Amino acid sequence: MTRTPSGPGDRSGPSGRSDRSGPGEEVDRLELEAAGALAGAASSAALAEVETAVLGKRSALATAHRHLAALDPDARRAAGKALHDARARLEALAAARGEELAAAERALMLGRDRLDLTEVTADEVRSAVTRGRLHLVTQTRRELEDVFVAMGFTVEEGPEAETDWYNFEALNIPPAHPARSMWDTFYLELGQPETVVLRTHTSPVQIHLMEDRQPPVHAVIPGRCYRRETADARHLPVFHQMEGLVVDRGITFADLAGTIETFTTAYFGPDIHARLRPGYFPFTEPSAEVEVTCTICRGGGCRTCSSTGWVELAGCGMVDPAVFEAVGIDPEEWSGFAFGFGIDRCAQMRHVIADMRILTENDVRFLRLL
Amino acid sequence: MKAPLSWLRDFAPFDTSDPTALAASLDDLGLVVEGVEHVGEGLGDVVVALVEGVDAIAGADRIRLVTVDAGAGPLEVVCGAWNFAPGDLVPLAPVGAVLPGHFRIERRKMKGATSNGMLCSARELRLSDDHEGILVLNDVEGARPGVPLTEALGVEPDVVFDITVEGNRPDAWSIAGVARDLAGRLRLPFTLPAPAPAPDLGTPVASLASLEVEDLDLCPRMVAVVLDRVRVAPSPRWLARRLLLAGMRPISGVVDASNYVMLELGQPTHPYDLDRLAGAGLVVRRARPGEKLVTLDGVERTLGTPGRGLGDTGEDCLICDAEGTAVGIGGIMGGESSEISDSTTRVLLEAAYFSPMAIARTSKRLGLRTEASARFERGCDPWGIDRAVDRFCELVGAPTATGKLDVRGQVPAPERILVSSRRVRAVLGVGIDAEEAAALIEPLGFGAETRDDGLMVTVPTNRPDVRPAPHGVDDVIEEIARTYGYSRIPRHRPSWPEPGGLTRYQRERRLVGDAMCGVGGLEAWTPSLVDDADHVAMGLTGAAVEVSNPIAKEEAWLRRSMLPGLVRALARNANRRQGGVRLFEIGIVFSHPDAGARTARGGASGSETAVLPAERELLSSVLASDGDDARSALAAWRVLADALRLEPVELVADGSVPGLHPTRSALLVAAGGAGAGGTTIGAVGEVDPAVAETLGHPAENGRIGWLEVDLGRLLDPSVTPRRPDQARALSRFPSADVDVALVVADTVPAARVEAALVRGVRGVREAGGAGAVRGVREAGEVRGVREAGGAGEGDGGLLESVVLFDVYRGPGVPEGHRSLAYRLRFAALDRTLTDEEVGRLRRRAIDAAAADTGAALR
Repeated sequence: MTRTPSGPGDRSGPSGRSDRSGPGEEVDRLELEAAGALAGAASSAALAEVETAVLGKRSALATAHRHLAALDPDARRAAGKALHDARARLEALAAARGEELAAAERALMLGRDRLDLTEVTADEVRSAVTRGRLHLVTQTRRELEDVFVAMGFTVEEGPEAETDWYNFEALNIPPAHPARSMWDTFYLELGQPETVVLRTHTSPVQIHLMEDRQPPVHAVIPGRCYRRETADARHLPVFHQMEGLVVDRGITFADLAGTIETFTTAYFGPDIHARLRPGYFPFTEPSAEVEVTCTICRGGGCRTCSSTGWVELAGCGMVDPAVFEAVGIDPEEWSGFAFGFGIDRCAQMRHVIADMRILTENDVRFLRLL
Repeated sequence: MKAPLSWLRDFAPFDTSDPTALAASLDDLGLVVEGVEHVGEGLGDVVVALVEGVDAIAGADRIRLVTVDAGAGPLEVVCGAWNFAPGDLVPLAPVGAVLPGHFRIERRKMKGATSNGMLCSARELRLSDDHEGILVLNDVEGARPGVPLTEALGVEPDVVFDITVEGNRPDAWSIAGVARDLAGRLRLPFTLPAPAPAPDLGTPVASLASLEVEDLDLCPRMVAVVLDRVRVAPSPRWLARRLLLAGMRPISGVVDASNYVMLELGQPTHPYDLDRLAGAGLVVRRARPGEKLVTLDGVERTLGTPGRGLGDTGEDCLICDAEGTAVGIGGIMGGESSEISDSTTRVLLEAAYFSPMAIARTSKRLGLRTEASARFERGCDPWGIDRAVDRFCELVGAPTATGKLDVRGQVPAPERILVSSRRVRAVLGVGIDAEEAAALIEPLGFGAETRDDGLMVTVPTNRPDVRPAPHGVDDVIEEIARTYGYSRIPRHRPSWPEPGGLTRYQRERRLVGDAMCGVGGLEAWTPSLVDDADHVAMGLTGAAVEVSNPIAKEEAWLRRSMLPGLVRALARNANRRQGGVRLFEIGIVFSHPDAGARTARGGASGSETAVLPAERELLSSVLASDGDDARSALAAWRVLADALRLEPVELVADGSVPGLHPTRSALLVAAGGAGAGGTTIGAVGEVDPAVAETLGHPAENGRIGWLEVDLGRLLDPSVTPRRPDQARALSRFPSADVDVALVVADTVPAARVEAALVRGVRGVREAGGAGAVRGVREAGEVRGVREAGGAGEGDGGLLESVVLFDVYRGPGVPEGHRSLAYRLRFAALDRTLTDEEVGRLRRRAIDAAAADTGAALR
């Protein structure tokens, strides 16, 4: 701590001096010294110390003030005023000096902090890791789920290995039924031969849902499926499907058609339309194939859509009464519809993927691409 | 199925001017047109020419100068095909001709030779796909030089629709069937002409042949006729041409007539050489177990034995001669012995209705699918047999024995179904009144009488897709909707009071994926069907679930781990100079039921309990960016744990996790679950470099950090507890930090020291109370701020956090010990803690650490 070089207490005690000029001169001298010290403070920190020294409790000025009590009333009045005036001037001086110093210090700090953004190199902004990406199939699945969730659907899931009952028979496809040739099936070496399968579609989850809970059901069922087919540009032996199932009172084919239209518009956009044409699935009656405007040519006709302007997207229909019977739901009270389509196919259509096999190659260039 | 328009017009007067409109109508009926082919157009200028000479062209080794005569003298044509010689008849397109596809023939000069036209291949004429060489016409009756090609071939311009018929519409899998549907839609009259009677042989059929059906359940109806003085000769040109257009190769009159009837009416028939049938008759019966027969394709078939498939009873319907020797598999394929040959004069024609399921069973087991079996298994019209037989006799034209042999069992008869208008509206969402509905389905052959409340429908026997009532009601409604037009049904967006949404598990699974992306992970999709050798390579013991009928050996097992797939994906990318990545996958792995089973309804009719593989959904991640190792995996785990707001999860060093680095890996053990010691929810560490090498990732490519978590356990708060989800008050008063350095034996896990410090502050008697930090942590690990206790736990509420910030071994610390430096942060909700209070809490923490772990203040 720096101490002021002199103070009234250092040299003269608070003896009862009555010399009017004495105290006056002394005050002037003190003020002059203090003002010099304040002006000479080189930093805010130094100024704070000087302020304490020249204006604080133990300053010469304070000491002189304490000594006023020993003076006679007149002298005391005059000296008091002088002291008071001097203090006021010094305080103003300190404040001004403080502002001056603060401004200088801030200017110095800003100068030191200067960063020319045009000079920043790539290395300096690279973070430790770059953000990764969800697989395109996951992105697509989430978006499709969100579309249906917004329409009031729940999202349900089921196992990938199934018994013949769930994958086929309960869906009105009895053993050896010729319709089974619609699904090339992988069988597992478990139990009796050809009784345990890798599900060929997500439809068995329909059966689980209807067995496990009471209607109403409004669910979409995304999941991985398996068909014993050789991969090509438009098919993968392991692929992802999204099933929809609505079982409620008073559900009609018109509701199915409206739901499909809402979904295709929500996912593909307002200029993509859906149309239904008769089809065949053992677990729905009436059944329909869903075709949508070709996303490549926007309906104008191209190679992808064989110049028709339409491409197949999904299968759908009203839940067959035989399926309700298999799960013990009264078809007189409840009705429903179901639909199913390929998640990978949606991704292919939306993102104009020429060959679907790229989805399973795990080429990081592709994984980073979309 | 290929349906030529000219053939369809035999049954209804379709307009030939706009085939595209016809195709659109077929599409809308569910008879999907895959292609429309215009044949025989643009051939008007092409003539038959005789090749007179073939000469080389100087300096050309691929083309030759051909001299032809098309009736107007020699003409020189340059040709690049080599499949003909002088004396052959070939098609010539002279200069000025326009071939299909608007291809105009010009006079051209090639290598100095002038070509005055073009010799054509079958493809250039759009007659077939054959482009191997020039179409040689030597065998074509009526082909003479100068004759127009269309005249020589009997080719008229035609349109062929390539139609895919759904499996439930056997009736439409025929020319007449397509015509019936299309005529109905276009409101055109449909007629099925009655075949002209064949000349009567004058001999009763029963005196020439016999027919016996022993097993009427397999063959509910069989009809046979006998034709005599049959000339085995090529079919008439018009018939052969129709067969060709429909995609069938003409063979000879009798066989062609049988095929023609099948294509036209959908009813397969089978002609036998009556003189080669022992006993001059047929017996139909079940095959005896193990009975053998050589079918027409030359393959010996073993019959009468159940196959692997569910529901295969092993019942096969055999056609035998009258002495009981098998001559064919009913409805699927004939045998060699009684085949029609060049010397055949007497023909026995058999036409039957076989049980569709029996045909499907046998066809599937034998892997033998024929035009006939495909039709029989879908269901032919048992009452359409007579017309088919008559049509065959008409086409062959040979004298036919009087009458038919006809054996019947339980033959399906027309069903009657009441379809109420209320149900129509309930299913379709649109009202179609009974009169309109009747008008829609009557042209398809349905009988329809209007009733007060709807329609009484009689279902024709060619429509096996329409089941008996009650299910058949909806089948009829489908027919009404199909003929009404799906596009005319209004669209309505349904709504319901129940809210939609994702389950908590589904939401948090998304969070897991997002967190992994946040630490730089790219999500991969690796194979579910793998090679078991990969499981062995990573040290998994026990069995994998095997696929019975894999496409390839490398895809013959269900994956038990995603490690091989992910490491291989890294390796493949590294080979493309795309190394240095982090991959993750969220997917299912399967356990063999020996190791983890699930049960479900199975067996025939779902009457049994079947054992299935257990399925677990895992997050697996390989971290192989530059410098990645176990620490990177641990960092990723911490991000994930924090994202899910998990209570602390123990890390238990474990050298025996299959596939993982034995000294750089640990199990993740959560506090909850059934077991007393918590539940293993995953593992973190590094892939064993030896395993990585086996999977194609050599050590010089760097270490691979590994993180795997079972999502079922991770996302179940009863197994992996979460931090409280209720807000606790935060102190607004200054906190006080106290650092304590404790010397502890290496054998004492740091986590126990931390737990003791927490216990001490709380003033709890023993370690292990609720919320206490449990478990084991590897020494030297420094981690972030952790919640330690909540409000309202006595003085525990004063401890805001405990952080291990330094680990020291060396001079000043005894051998076998290390110094663990913790920073304890204290704060109270209602005041600034005094130095005395903080000192007291510190003392209690140190004392507890000393008592529980033998820690000494350094």
